[in-house]
Amino acid sequence: MKGGALPAAVEFGLIPLLNLAAALVVTALVFLLIGVPPGAALLSLAEGAFGTGDGIGYTLYYATNFIFAGLAVAVPARAGLLNIGGEGQAMLGGLAVALFCLAVPGWPWWAALPFAVAAALIGGAAWALVPALLQVRRGSHIVITTILFNFLASKLSTWMLVDVIRAPGDPSPETMGFADSLALPALATSPLNLSLLLALLAAFLAWLLIGRTVWGYELRASGESPAAARYAAMPAGFLQVLAVCLGGACAGLVGVNEAMGVEHRLVLGFTAGAGFVGIAVALMGRNHAFGIVLAAILFGALYQGGSELAFDYPQVTRDIVIVIDGVVILFCGALEQLWRRPVTALWRRA
Amino acid sequence: MTPLDLISVLASTVRLAVPLILAALAGLCSERAGIVALGLEGLMLAGAFAAGAVAALTGSPWAALAAAMLVGVFVALFHGYACIAQRGDQVISGMALNILIGGLVPVLGQAWFGQGGQTPALGPGARFMPATLPGGDGFGLVWRGLISGHNLLVYATAALLPALVWLLYSTRFGLRLRAVGENPHAVDAAGLSVARLRYLALALCGALTGIAGAYLAIAENAGFTRDMTAGRGYLALAALIFGKWRPLGATAACLLFALTDALQLRLQGVALPVVGIVPVQFVEALPYLLTVFLLAGFVGTARAPAALGRPFVKTR
Repeated sequence: MKGGALPAAVEFGLIPLLNLAAALVVTALVFLLIGVPPGAALLSLAEGAFGTGDGIGYTLYYATNFIFAGLAVAVPARAGLLNIGGEGQAMLGGLAVALFCLAVPGWPWWAALPFAVAAALIGGAAWALVPALLQVRRGSHIVITTILFNFLASKLSTWMLVDVIRAPGDPSPETMGFADSLALPALATSPLNLSLLLALLAAFLAWLLIGRTVWGYELRASGESPAAARYAAMPAGFLQVLAVCLGGACAGLVGVNEAMGVEHRLVLGFTAGAGFVGIAVALMGRNHAFGIVLAAILFGALYQGGSELAFDYPQVTRDIVIVIDGVVILFCGALEQLWRRPVTALWRRA
Repeated sequence: MTPLDLISVLASTVRLAVPLILAALAGLCSERAGIVALGLEGLMLAGAFAAGAVAALTGSPWAALAAAMLVGVFVALFHGYACIAQRGDQVISGMALNILIGGLVPVLGQAWFGQGGQTPALGPGARFMPATLPGGDGFGLVWRGLISGHNLLVYATAALLPALVWLLYSTRFGLRLRAVGENPHAVDAAGLSVARLRYLALALCGALTGIAGAYLAIAENAGFTRDMTAGRGYLALAALIFGKWRPLGATAACLLFALTDALQLRLQGVALPVVGIVPVQFVEALPYLLTVFLLAGFVGTARAPAALGRPFVKTR
């Protein structure tokens, strides 16, 4: 390899933009395929996401979940492990929050919040611990085990919410409502609540930990080259387990937003695929805290705008945002090299 | 449990196992050639939708089956383009396809048929209907209850299994396919194209998942419905691992997983001796739990193909 690395502006600016552009083109093709003009669809999306105060509130509410879910993928990714288990870890976080909130009906929200956050962190981290340990100690591939743990979490939540903590007499699988005093204050009229600040704090702490501490440095070294890290006397295995558990803990916080912030109860299926959006968010944000916040807002806008779009065009369903999610994962992840090679070739020639 | 009950549980085990077996064999072709088969769920779903849509439009189950297989091959080859030509991350590509297809299929379904993402209900002529085999009463309960009375794709799967075993273990192509998953450099040094072999393996994988999807949409059910695969692709992948990447082992694992499913349907709300009523979810969780235990190395060892997940880079 001659000529060294690409300049940062190309590596972190141009190539991600080209990947995103390719994803947009494919999405536009899908819109053409179902007979919706892509330009008008984009306008409707943007209008729905940012056109009104309520729209912005919903956008940021979705973004809150996606920041947590993105961090759940990004932190382990920096240690070299792909955590697909955000969805299950979020479910466990939610269960932990619900169990705590049901136990302390009389508390004010500000007293309960630290404990609820701790419960969510522990619930998510605990669900990530077994796959992480199995990967490091027994070599079981973490992608497979986290997928299996997603299914196990889903069965566990179904059992808990149907048979164990369902509100008496309630036909749908959900807990009874938490005490009113436990509701997190809303930041606007819509479901946006204090959890957004929690998400920003989590992103900042993740950045601080990974980018600015010795632990973070060793964690990244363990990801780049476990053998070299071990040779430098870094506890690579421990750091990898820690990274996955931290990721799981972040995913668990989705439960705080949904259970304590919005629904004020635990509803079966509250994660609604946020864990999988986290993969796209982390890939697009290039596993960096700042990038993740930006990507999460973009996906929040997509999810909120998607509802508006489905309203404007009856032939479109909200599933279109899942398509965009998949296309982004494809182009920012699997086909990430698509533009790098031609761009690198051009750069070398210039 | 009377013999009749037992036969009916076993018969529904067979019905539930067929799509799993087809998908697990598809995953086998892909993984033994060194490509991670995380996209089985999406491939099956694409096949199911294609089958449902084409059956609704043409009324021919054969055209629907062909369409499902074609779509499966096309999507699998696209996965191949990302993994082989672009040397992309195979796990990411598989996940991306699962998510992308999971969203695309209801969008297309709603745009084309306007029934909330599903395809129109099919009449018997557009489906593979259960067939009563000749013989009837003369051959006894097992023949009547278990062997006879399935649709064509069930018998096709039973025929496909030995054919695939023969293809993989007794032909030159099969040897090369397995070699490319263990040591692609050796295959390359022997003057064969690693990329070509892997594309072929993926085409095979796509065709098999297409049949699996068609089975769901036009044989077992009368049309495509949302999220029709419901995690069966992942379950098939677990069965493939549980069967230690061997066709008969994977098939046995699929039958075992299907049996737990069939029992779970039967045992709902029934009090068992000693343990009482077992929550459905515990029985449903068994296949996943067993696979975790296997992966952890507590139940023998499962060794993946050596080159699984690694893009091939030609050495000079």
